[in-house]
Amino acid sequence: MFKIKAENLPALFRKIAAEQELYLPVKEAGQVNFAAWSENAEVSLDTLKTVKSPKDAFFPQSENLYSCVKDGKKISIEPGALKEQNFVLFGMKACDIQGVKVLDNVFLSEPVDTFYAARRDHGTIVALACHEPEESCFCKVFGIDCADPVADVAAWMIEGELYWKALSEKGEALTAIVKELLTDADEAKVEEEKQVIRTIVDKLPYSNLSLEGWGEEDYMERFNSSVWEELYKPCLACGTCTFVCPTCQCYDIKDYDTGHGVQRYRCWDSCMYSDFTMMAHGNNRNSQMQRFRQRFMHKLVYYPVNNNGMFSCVGCGRCVEKCPSALNIVKVIKAFEKQGGEN
Amino acid sequence: MQELMNRAKELLADGTVARVLGWKAGDLSYNPEPAFFETEESLKDFVYNGFCGANLSKYMIAASKFEGKTLICLKPCDTYSFNQLIKEHRVDREKAYIIGVGCKGKLDIEKIRQQGIKGIESISGAEIEDEAETLTIQTIYGEKTCAYKDVMLERCHVCKGKEHMIYDELIGESKDTKDADRFAEIENIEAMSPEEKFAFFQKELSKCIRCNACRNVCPACSCRKCVFDSDKFDSSQKANVDSFEEKMFHVIRAFHVAGRCTDCGECSRVCPQGIPLHLFNRKFIKDINEFYGEYQAGEDTDSKGPLTNFDFEDVEPGIVAERG
Repeated sequence: MFKIKAENLPALFRKIAAEQELYLPVKEAGQVNFAAWSENAEVSLDTLKTVKSPKDAFFPQSENLYSCVKDGKKISIEPGALKEQNFVLFGMKACDIQGVKVLDNVFLSEPVDTFYAARRDHGTIVALACHEPEESCFCKVFGIDCADPVADVAAWMIEGELYWKALSEKGEALTAIVKELLTDADEAKVEEEKQVIRTIVDKLPYSNLSLEGWGEEDYMERFNSSVWEELYKPCLACGTCTFVCPTCQCYDIKDYDTGHGVQRYRCWDSCMYSDFTMMAHGNNRNSQMQRFRQRFMHKLVYYPVNNNGMFSCVGCGRCVEKCPSALNIVKVIKAFEKQGGEN
Repeated sequence: MQELMNRAKELLADGTVARVLGWKAGDLSYNPEPAFFETEESLKDFVYNGFCGANLSKYMIAASKFEGKTLICLKPCDTYSFNQLIKEHRVDREKAYIIGVGCKGKLDIEKIRQQGIKGIESISGAEIEDEAETLTIQTIYGEKTCAYKDVMLERCHVCKGKEHMIYDELIGESKDTKDADRFAEIENIEAMSPEEKFAFFQKELSKCIRCNACRNVCPACSCRKCVFDSDKFDSSQKANVDSFEEKMFHVIRAFHVAGRCTDCGECSRVCPQGIPLHLFNRKFIKDINEFYGEYQAGEDTDSKGPLTNFDFEDVEPGIVAERG
């Protein structure tokens, strides 16, 4: 275990950035999101939740798959480049790291998504424990311990010092790069901090949410429940919840006419949108109720059924904070709790 | 609020209305959601407080097709949107029973968070009966207080006034919250050099995640099928292909609602990235005022819109170039 004073972090960032790309929470025009580090970047490690999750680092909102370029009668096809540069994601929270595991199950199972796999191979994650969890957090419900995040490096910010512990080979390699800036530390302070965080988590209003009835059992009953008809009504059918979510992984593939060719790109899609999974015969979900239901059934039923019981919600609470109509997955879980899953 | 609830119950009981369109208490102290109530019993969850910023007018488009009348609760600013929807034949006046509700300014939870207040357990001082002076917030990190006006939505600082433009009856007191000039921000931007303007909007719009919340919440965006939802054109709704498109979406939207936007401020309220989208609309409103005379969309239901009317006094399009 090592540590470094918070005021020396710019030196640490400089050191990392000299060798690899470095992404961390940066404030731009009033909002904090993961962005590339620069000398002028307003780094905000105190921000508990970036607006968007850092999933972009592995699964960007849009990326080119290949380009077709027309030159007279010749057409050439250029595949999109795979990530070749090593990069560091600094300050990821335990919930978002679990979010990456959710994405791994989708993109790294056969057939492997080469774009995603290349980014995963080249990325090193420095996790940061959540010093002050908030009322919208409910990671504990999904068995996540935000006091003790697991990644390549785990870090804790305690009284103006960042504690640093490498947990993997990649983590060791990154530690070697910054070693001269770190000093030895003992774990007592970190153990104390973990206990403090866990005590706070226990007090959070959503920490005792019950997931009973979700997953495989009785899922047709849940699908057919009349509760959805009530729940979806204020939904504006925007994509806020899906685009700030660390686990939403659906994408669309589209062509962009460049005037002298085509760029085939993929971009995040949202099950809230009317043309989601549109096929030649039309769309298999015609109403907003069906689209709304799909999102939560996917997170709480279909995904766990296909992935050994792992839910594809990680309790980050971004939807709780950002939905324009104040709807969210917690309200859905609670509505079914109230109904006892019946109806 | 009790008076409002009682009246809603009465109107449901005597059959005047078939449902109530209002706000339902959330599971946190600050997240009520728009809701339809169909029974007196369900009204136990009804709430109307400082966090009921959502403008319910647009939900009336759907409700106009329901059986029977809908009681709709409208704040003074919401009534402008409602009038505009009547003018555009998108809602049926006969299907609505409008209770104009008092307003003391609506709160912005993001501004509360920006004050460093986190781990919120409860908030007092946000009830409609309260004086709207101070909020006392219990958090897991101790008790915090903040001035009500410091955490109000931007739109409340440039409030159009306490008058409801349309209603069947009024319930509740309102408060003057206006303490800023509506066009001050616009004038600041107008004074910028083209490069500064470009940099300003580039920085703000680069945050856009194309969630479409601004469009979907907008009462003026009521097209049944938006061009940005169409699968027939290359007008993808889902991502910014390049930095041109990132600007195009918002600029096209602003053009489309020009002359019809009431400046209700919902676009800025819902933007997850805090983009001050109202600036686009307000620029159009300011220009319209200058070119065609003072005009407030939604003030009435029958006047002709400045951009859908023509007379010989109208400025020539060249004014834009001449003005610089």
